[in-house]
Amino acid sequence: MFTHIMVPVDLAHVDKLKRALGAAAGLATQFGARVTFVSVTGSQPGGIARSPEEFAQKLEAFAAEQAELHNMPDVASHAVTAHDPAVDLDGALEQAVHDLGADLVVMGSHIPRRFEFTNHGGRVASHTDVSVMLVRG
Amino acid sequence: MTDTDLNAQGIPEPSGSHHPIETDYDIGQNNVEGSVGPFGFDIHNPVFMVSGLAVAAFVFFTLALPEQAGALFSAMFSFVTGTFDWFFLSVGNLVVLFCLALIVLPVGSVRLGGADATPDYGYIGWFAMLFAAGMGIGLMFYGVSEPMSHFSSSLGGVAIGEDGLRTDWAPLGAAEGNEAEAVRLGMAATIYHWGLHPWAIYAVVALALALFSYNKGLPLTIRSAFYPLLGERVWGWPGHVIDILAVFATLFGLATSLGFGATQAANGLTVLYGSGVAEEGTRAFLGMPFANAEESGIADSGALLVLLITIITAVALVSVLRGLDGGVKRLSELNMLLAVILLLFVLAVGPTADVIGTFFNSLGAYAEYLPALSNPFGREDTNFVQGWTSFYWAWWISWSPFVGMFIARVSRGRTVREFIVCVLLIPSLVCVLWMSVFGGTAIQQFLNTGFEGVVNAPLELKLFEMLGQLPLAGITSLVGIILVIVFFVTSSDSGSLVIDTITAGGKIDAPVPQRVFWCTFEGAVAMVLLLSAGGLASLQSMVISTGLPFAVVLVALCVCIVMGLRTERAAVKSAAPAE
Repeated sequence: MFTHIMVPVDLAHVDKLKRALGAAAGLATQFGARVTFVSVTGSQPGGIARSPEEFAQKLEAFAAEQAELHNMPDVASHAVTAHDPAVDLDGALEQAVHDLGADLVVMGSHIPRRFEFTNHGGRVASHTDVSVMLVRG
Repeated sequence: MTDTDLNAQGIPEPSGSHHPIETDYDIGQNNVEGSVGPFGFDIHNPVFMVSGLAVAAFVFFTLALPEQAGALFSAMFSFVTGTFDWFFLSVGNLVVLFCLALIVLPVGSVRLGGADATPDYGYIGWFAMLFAAGMGIGLMFYGVSEPMSHFSSSLGGVAIGEDGLRTDWAPLGAAEGNEAEAVRLGMAATIYHWGLHPWAIYAVVALALALFSYNKGLPLTIRSAFYPLLGERVWGWPGHVIDILAVFATLFGLATSLGFGATQAANGLTVLYGSGVAEEGTRAFLGMPFANAEESGIADSGALLVLLITIITAVALVSVLRGLDGGVKRLSELNMLLAVILLLFVLAVGPTADVIGTFFNSLGAYAEYLPALSNPFGREDTNFVQGWTSFYWAWWISWSPFVGMFIARVSRGRTVREFIVCVLLIPSLVCVLWMSVFGGTAIQQFLNTGFEGVVNAPLELKLFEMLGQLPLAGITSLVGIILVIVFFVTSSDSGSLVIDTITAGGKIDAPVPQRVFWCTFEGAVAMVLLLSAGGLASLQSMVISTGLPFAVVLVALCVCIVMGLRTERAAVKSAAPAE
């Protein structure tokens, strides 16, 4: 049913993603799908990494860790550099869906009562034609 | 595996050899994350709180004790510009020479972001943004008025007071009665204030920040540039103080400019499109009294100013919410386009041949007078040096943390040489052109037809007086007002991004409500100060006084840049394959 699952992750808040990661792994195993972990950063040094290069390495290591943890055979990582990540996140995720050719997006959702200017999962669902699964942490 | 060839934003992966600084500090380690009601935040402790509270305390102080505050700040301002004029002039000269040296020295080949980094922005977007943040509004304010002022004071000649000191405001030895020479001296003095020196000040700050962030891996805040001098202490209180000062200078610099810009726009709107007569006290725009003559006894309505600041802040809010690419860059480009159209229009319908002559003539005059104008010692034109040059230098320097940080944010991927050429030489040339066209046209109007409207008009109306003498004045004046407003928006939104980044400990992806907070706060501070008598002017004096400590900082930054670039070049060389 699904061949390529895209999992957007915020490396600064991995602890809040456990359920989403578990759900993605379960679906991947069930359908034999590939999983690509996607994360967005700026070109300036940040809390996770001091350069986009290092950020990509950390994301790759995270993907490898997940592959081992959930015993997934086909895992990849995809780091995106944006000019203004706080705002460009939605557009970057949409673009990543197209670039990767993913057919399912599994992502953690923020707490509904918390005010955000955009709702990332909803936005990805309404701007792309792939299935989106929002997992409440 | 990593899909390095797939990149959603079209920015290639960095970055080739560079020389990062090893530090145990993790970006964001001092940050506090949480939420106030539904709003999430991620702020640096204590920079955010101290900056916010200090700003609030200062606003309260100027409101509660307006006279004392006014007297204190203006005394501080005259002391700083009067006593340290030689220091400001020397620092200005130093940074210009430093930048010119970087263009020709081998370290100029170092690339910001690592040896293989590619630029984040194309030339047009990049140039539009750095220009709109750095100078745009000043060009609208002073484009006509400054060349005119220097020209008329030069023409007026030297006047000596009873105490033997000069009482005139002319640069150098003036040019009494000699119109051609007065034009040259006036233009040279203006270009001196708007050309190489201010841009060199911005370039040094921007280069230091970009280098220590993109190549050395330190957070994008002002304190990072001091790492070579302060070491790990930059993460403690010395660093906190540097960042808080930068926030302070940026916020008040923006708020005061916002206030003055609103005043210029309100004057323009009322005079051009309002109704009534100033002398009778009936002049108003949309029913809000404004720009009435003092003797009429009718006070200006704060409503028009509040309305304008609200509009400017609202547009800036939309811009910061749309982000760097969707908001700030687009507005800057729109602004550039409008400014270029206005420039070409004035050039075409004004005294074209004279203005083109003025441009080349001014460049020559600048080269000729520059050594004398930039000489810090033994000057007799005290009023000019202290009231104009020293004021400008302190002003540019107090703005440099903000403009420098914004330029750094958008300049990754340029080589140092390219960076300096584009931040120093090209903007300087554009300023010469702008001043020649706007100031030159006004001066020619005076010389050719004896029109004295510009000479007699108050500062904020000189531009409109000049445009009023040209065809299609109704349209060009409207474009002028729109430009004033949009230039404020582009300063306000980029300023909010800068303050947000500094107060988030260098994180550029802090929650968006934080930028909304700073943008709104800045508008509110401007409004409160504008409605209080003399609040803005006295705070502007205070902001400019912060130029003095930052002037010392500038010198230190030059040292840090040299230290940083040397290790950087060594890293590139050692990584290059042996030939």
